[in-house]
This record gives sequence, structure tokens and C-alpha cells, in this order.
Amino acid sequence: MLLLLPFIVLVVVYFTSSSLRLAVNPEDKLLPSATQMGNAVKEFAFTEDKRTGEYLLWSDTEASLKRLGLGLVVSAAIALVVGIATGTIPLVGAMFSPFIKVVSMIPPLAVLPILFIVFGLDELSKVVLIVVGITPIIIRDLQQRTREIPSELWVKAQTLGATSWTLILRMIVPQLLPRLLICMRLSLGSAWLFLIAAEAIASTDGLGYRIFLVRRYLAMDVILPYVMWITLLGWLIDEALRRLTRWAFPWYVGGR
Amino acid sequence: MIEVRNVWKEYGEQVVLERVNLKIEEGEFCSMVGASGCGKSTFLRLLLGQERATRGQILLDGKPLPGEPDAHRGVVFQRYSVFEHLSVIGNVLLGFELPQAKLFGRLFGARRRAARDDAVAMLERVGLGTVLDKYPQQLSGGMQQRLAIAQALVMRPRVLLLDEPFGALDPGIRKDMHDLLLKLWRESGLTIFMVTHDLKEGFTLGSRVLVFDKVRIDPQAPGAYGARITYNIPLDHGGASAAGLALANGAEPSAAQSAAQSAISRTSRAAVARPVRSEAPT
Repeated sequence: MLLLLPFIVLVVVYFTSSSLRLAVNPEDKLLPSATQMGNAVKEFAFTEDKRTGEYLLWSDTEASLKRLGLGLVVSAAIALVVGIATGTIPLVGAMFSPFIKVVSMIPPLAVLPILFIVFGLDELSKVVLIVVGITPIIIRDLQQRTREIPSELWVKAQTLGATSWTLILRMIVPQLLPRLLICMRLSLGSAWLFLIAAEAIASTDGLGYRIFLVRRYLAMDVILPYVMWITLLGWLIDEALRRLTRWAFPWYVGGR
Repeated sequence: MIEVRNVWKEYGEQVVLERVNLKIEEGEFCSMVGASGCGKSTFLRLLLGQERATRGQILLDGKPLPGEPDAHRGVVFQRYSVFEHLSVIGNVLLGFELPQAKLFGRLFGARRRAARDDAVAMLERVGLGTVLDKYPQQLSGGMQQRLAIAQALVMRPRVLLLDEPFGALDPGIRKDMHDLLLKLWRESGLTIFMVTHDLKEGFTLGSRVLVFDKVRIDPQAPGAYGARITYNIPLDHGGASAAGLALANGAEPSAAQSAAQSAISRTSRAAVARPVRSEAPT
């Protein structure tokens, strides 16, 4: 029960302030009441949009999740390959580690204009922004984890007849996969940040786009439910990844 | 079978091993004892191929030892000897899969079933037949070492190298492990090299005890001279057990043992404080 307390306090404080403000000025838009937000949700989630014939909340969610999912999967794949290559093969590591270190210091949002110029304003540039934003961090983490695998295990694998290739395949990849899932969970917040930033600047749909669109009308009754929805989605993805880690890698102690 | 010819190992200025010469016949069980930092683990790593000798040669059946660890040499370390991401059976199966499946490192179908049967048979020999699907994390330290031994033995190595394999175990469990290791050694006729801190263990298990010690010491430059094999003591096995027991009971140790013991206590009292204090002749 204690874990619910902060949430309850937040809700109580919000609705008390809201009703106080609305009592003074019923036209107030800053802190909408539950009814106002309910109406907004009804309009966006359960009413066809007159212009496009879509249910906006769901089409926004679909568009955003596609970008986010694609960005996460591509980042994970790149990070796994590069992380293992730089962590396992000393020559590759010596050559690329400093480069990756420098690249990871580039603020991704600073290169957003470049991405828009190079990849156009379509889906691609948004996915690339997510990838650029989170991949270097995951790579560096996986690289570190690869190096932390005790040297005894490398020797042991060699005495069992492993070649460099089968050693990567049967020892390093399986040992790193749970860590990769944890990295994805940790970079989920950044991934959302980059997604919403990209959508806010150039898009025609998506959760971030919608929030920045209705901002013009000071439509807090739409923005707040959208933010809550994004938060819920983020939490659900995090929880799903956590459960996946536990289910797929029961031996991994760090995942518990 | 194994011949070590004038091997030196240096790390920069520091000489760890100097002028090591040794000839070991097939089927010997060599215990390597000595103070901490006297190079016995380094020597084991040389035999393993994890490191190369600075000078000299190590020959296996008359040919130079391959410079990298390979399937001819099995190894069990004190820790990190098993793969925690694989179940007990998976750990042993790996020894069949890696040499046979070069592309994916996995076997399928009939070959997998055959390998699995062999793996199960080996696990039953070391007493792990009932925990096939557990992960190493769920096993006790002793069971993990049993698994590590099984994993090394399925490769049918020419040489088995043990680096303080029982150092982290309780005394009671250690006794069981000794019995198991002796049983496996007699059955398989393996050549075994074991590094140990425990003199009694070395004398109980080994058919030969190698004592590593520094012959020359320069107090101004501790790294200037390395250790050698100062005693190479063959034991017939019945006698070895008796001697080990005698040592355990605090009786007067044999000449060989006291020589070994004094060699150890001279270079590093702190490192072997326990056996020296409790078992030194009064």
C-alpha cells in the first residue's frame, strides 16, 4: 500500500488545486478537471476524427510505437554486434573504442537538423535519431560487460574446443543478451525523449506531434491524458522487457 | 610425455621462474606446492598455453606445446570454471558440441542425443545425475567443481590442469572431492597437474610432489631471481596416503615433507601460516 501513497498524494493535490482554480474561473484551462479530461479522451480515443476518419489517440500511438520499436530494435542489433566486436577482438576495440567514446558525446538533438536534411522528414530520420541517441551508450555498456567476462571462462571455452567464432556464439552472445535487455530498459527513457522531440519538430502524427499541436490551444485537457498515456506505455514496455529477461534468462541473477 | 626444458618466465624485470627442468611420464598426478607468488600458478598457465615461456621449451610427446589453450588440455580453476548461462547438462554438452559443430557450435538430432547420453553418463560418474537441468548458480560450490571436472573430462584431454580446484570448499566437501578425483584419475589414467596451497592435500593426492621455491634471494631486488622446482618427490601412492594422514595427525613428518614444508615456510610464512602453525613438528 505504501507504494501507492505518492501517487494518491499527487492526484489529491492536483484535483484540489484544479477545483480551487475552476471555482474562481470556470473558463480556466491550466488545470482541467477530471470531467474535462474525460471529454477530451472521449473525443480523441473514441470519436472518429472528422478530417481523417481515424481515432487519433490510437493512430498516434501506433505511429509512435512503430518508430520507437524500430529504433530500439535497430539500436540493440547494432550495439550487440559492435559491442561484441570491440569488446572481444582487441584490434577492433583499439581502433574503434575511442571513436565510439567521442561519438557518444555528440548531443543527438544537435544533429537532428542534419538527419532531417540527409534522411528527409519521413519516418527514417525519426528512427535514426533514436538510434543515434541510444546506440553509443548501449555499445559502451556491452563492450564493458564483454571485458568483464572472467579470463578463466575464455580459457575454459578454448579447452573445450571453441574457435573464436563459436566462442562468441556460444559464450559471449548468450552471456550478453540479458545485459542487452537491461540496457534497452535503461535507454527507454532517452528513446522516448528523442522520439517526441523528432515528432514535435516534423511530423503529421504521433503522440509527440499531438501534444505539440494542441499546445497552441492551451489544451491541457488533452496534453495531460497524453502524457499519462505515454508514461503508462513506457512503464508497460519496461515491465515487459523485465519479464522477458527473467523468462528467457532464468540464470541471470542481475535481472531479478 | 611432458618435458620441460630450461624454461624461464619473466614479466619485464621480474623473473618468476628460472631454469625449470622437468620430465613427467603419462599417468602421473603431480601436486605443485610452494609459497604464494612462487610461480606455481604461472607454471600451470605455461602448461595450459595461456602464457608463453620467455625462454625454453615445453614438449608434449616430443612436440612443442601449442601456444594457445586447446582441447588436449583440460582445466579446472578455483572459480569461474563453468558457464553460468548453461544448465548442468548444457555445460557438459558444450564439450561435445564445440569440437563437432564448427559453424553453429550446436548439435542436432541423433548426434545431439548421442552426445547427451555420453554427457549424462559422465555427470553420473561425478554424482550430478540428479541435477541435470539446474543452473550452476543453484548448485553448491562443491557441485560446481564436480561439474567443472566433468566438463573437462568429457574432452578426454591428455593433461588435466587444476588450479587450486578445492581452495574455496569446506573441509568436509574437500574430502569427498579428493575421493572423486582419485577415483577418476585411477579410472582414466590421466596425467594431472594440480596447484595447491594445502600441503596435506598435495601429499594425499599426488603421485609426485613438485615444490617450487626461490633458491636465490636478493633482498635489494626481490624480482631479480625466480623460483625453480627445488624438490621433485615421487611417492608411491599407498605411502603417500599414509604420509598425508601422518601429517594430518600432527605426527613426525617424513623427510620429504619436512623438506617441502621448510621450503614453503622459509619464503612466505604469512601465506601458508595455517598448515605451518598447526602441523609443524614440535
